[in-house]
Amino acid sequence: MSEPIPPTLFTLGASHHTTPIELREKLALTADKMNAFCERLSQLTGLREYAVLNTCNRVEFYGLADSTATVDNLQREFCAFQGFSEAEFHAIRQHALNRDAIQHLLEVSSGLDSQMLGETEILGQVKEAYAAAQTRHSTGPVLNRVFQKNFQYAKHVRTHTAITEGQISVANVAVDLATKIFGDLAEARILLLGAGEIGDKTAKAFQSRGAKALTVASRRLERAQELATTLGATALPFEQWSSSLADFDIVVCSTAAPQTVVTSQAIQTAMKKRPARPLFLIDLALPRDVDPSAVEKENVFLYNLDDLAKIADENLAARTAKVARAREILIEKANSIWEQINNNRGRADYP
Amino acid sequence: MFSFSDRTWLWFAATLYLAGFILGTVALLRERRQSRVWMYILIVAGFTLQTVGLVLRGRAVHGCPITNIFELFQFTAWSATSLYLVIGPTFRLSLLGYFNTCLSATLTLVSLLIPAWDIARMTKGFSGSPWIEFHAALALFSYGVFGLLALTSIMYLLQVFSLQRHHLRGVFSFLPSVVDLDHINFRLLTAGAVLMSAAVAVGYVHWMEDRDSVAAIKILITGSIWLAYAVALVLRLRGILLTKRLAWTCIVLFVAALFSLGIIESNRKTPSLVPVTSQP
Repeated sequence: MSEPIPPTLFTLGASHHTTPIELREKLALTADKMNAFCERLSQLTGLREYAVLNTCNRVEFYGLADSTATVDNLQREFCAFQGFSEAEFHAIRQHALNRDAIQHLLEVSSGLDSQMLGETEILGQVKEAYAAAQTRHSTGPVLNRVFQKNFQYAKHVRTHTAITEGQISVANVAVDLATKIFGDLAEARILLLGAGEIGDKTAKAFQSRGAKALTVASRRLERAQELATTLGATALPFEQWSSSLADFDIVVCSTAAPQTVVTSQAIQTAMKKRPARPLFLIDLALPRDVDPSAVEKENVFLYNLDDLAKIADENLAARTAKVARAREILIEKANSIWEQINNNRGRADYP
Repeated sequence: MFSFSDRTWLWFAATLYLAGFILGTVALLRERRQSRVWMYILIVAGFTLQTVGLVLRGRAVHGCPITNIFELFQFTAWSATSLYLVIGPTFRLSLLGYFNTCLSATLTLVSLLIPAWDIARMTKGFSGSPWIEFHAALALFSYGVFGLLALTSIMYLLQVFSLQRHHLRGVFSFLPSVVDLDHINFRLLTAGAVLMSAAVAVGYVHWMEDRDSVAAIKILITGSIWLAYAVALVLRLRGILLTKRLAWTCIVLFVAALFSLGIIESNRKTPSLVPVTSQP
């Protein structure tokens, strides 16, 4: 009698690497769809364990199947469920088996596979996917071990390779700089000068790091009020910002004005009223809103769009330089998990 | 059990401070965040050994071990470190431990490497008065506070420089925020000025009782240092001396205070000098 074929660990899905956003939108599983499709998966013959990772950048299935034919069936079911051409999916899919599947999950969780290299949000999303799978009782001894070890090793890689250090978006770089000046941002008073998209993004980045006191000033008061309402901030008539400048610690400038808005004189007047407290000017406008000579003033810190972009680029380059080392560690860890799974095969509670 | 001489204990302590400094430097060069725990352990160990050395020396001099320049430097380093051990964990100022090891290693190693500073010591230098000994110890402890203030001022200047010149990597990436450093500078300046004022007040009472006991040059220098720090504090409170100017002032004043120790020591009206013999 021939030896039974051991179950196959697999990953199957599509991500930002091969799939443009228009296709990812079609493949994404909404909450209702997710529940419905998972019910179908539970009925799929030969699929012993599974978990679904569904984010804006990827839809991926991790599982343990009796054979690769089961994985093909899963693909067929998924495409049928989403009304997506299987041939098209086949062309964009990312697929790995056994040790390589573990390696893929490790790279995803540690942010190596992310669109923004080293981002940390993905680890939380993987944890949520695993928790949801546990709630559905769709994981077993193999996936439990793989995911639990995966969380441990993803954290290890982040700690030991600085793959997540340094912000790589302009808004987050600005927030990082603000913490270097003010420390805790809870007490910092922030003025948004201009109510455009970039100002909005930066304000949200500040709020995500604990900033509470936000004020919006725009030439169009109604636009300022609209954004202030969205952000839970206060609106300030544009003509009043200059006289109130001394009340703010951080000024995010993003107006469409063709000339300098924050003049050297306005800064000097404000700093006379608050000489001990630093003033951080973030100039995200083109043409620039802040007089460049402000950088010479005592206790004033000025960063424009180019400065922030340069820091973001440098941080990204630093992260990229750590990728090889991170991957080396993950290969070692994937081998270790795979070895543990193989050693446990044949145990009563193991498939 | 360990019958080492006081100087040997102080060598051990200096070595541990130096080890902390090297550990921190290596971490900075490798752009790694420093291990706060290891740094703290090294400083605590160094401080403990230094305390043992100074206790032995204190027994030998029958009082506070501040009877020659060697001991003054050792006591200043000890004061700064003891203060760091309190405020380091409280304010969690990253890199302060590193800068503290730099200051303590420098002060202790320099004092140990210049034997001439420890050839002789005063005997009955405090006229047998516990008050004047308290005055001296308090004054030196305030020097320790000012030493730490000089370190946080350097950190402040480095952070401001990095943010204004957009040099944010390497050592700069681990520095505390500008506002945090400014707050700690103000607190240290206040604490140091209060301690030194108390020391000056105690010394003044003693001097009024015996005007010939203190050299005029000592009064002039000590008074000038005290006045300079007091004026700096008042100007800071009135919002006149702020930010970089305050930081530079604190650094310059501490360097001046250190140099003044040598001048004061060489002009002390000492009843008698005795050779130093290391105490086991």
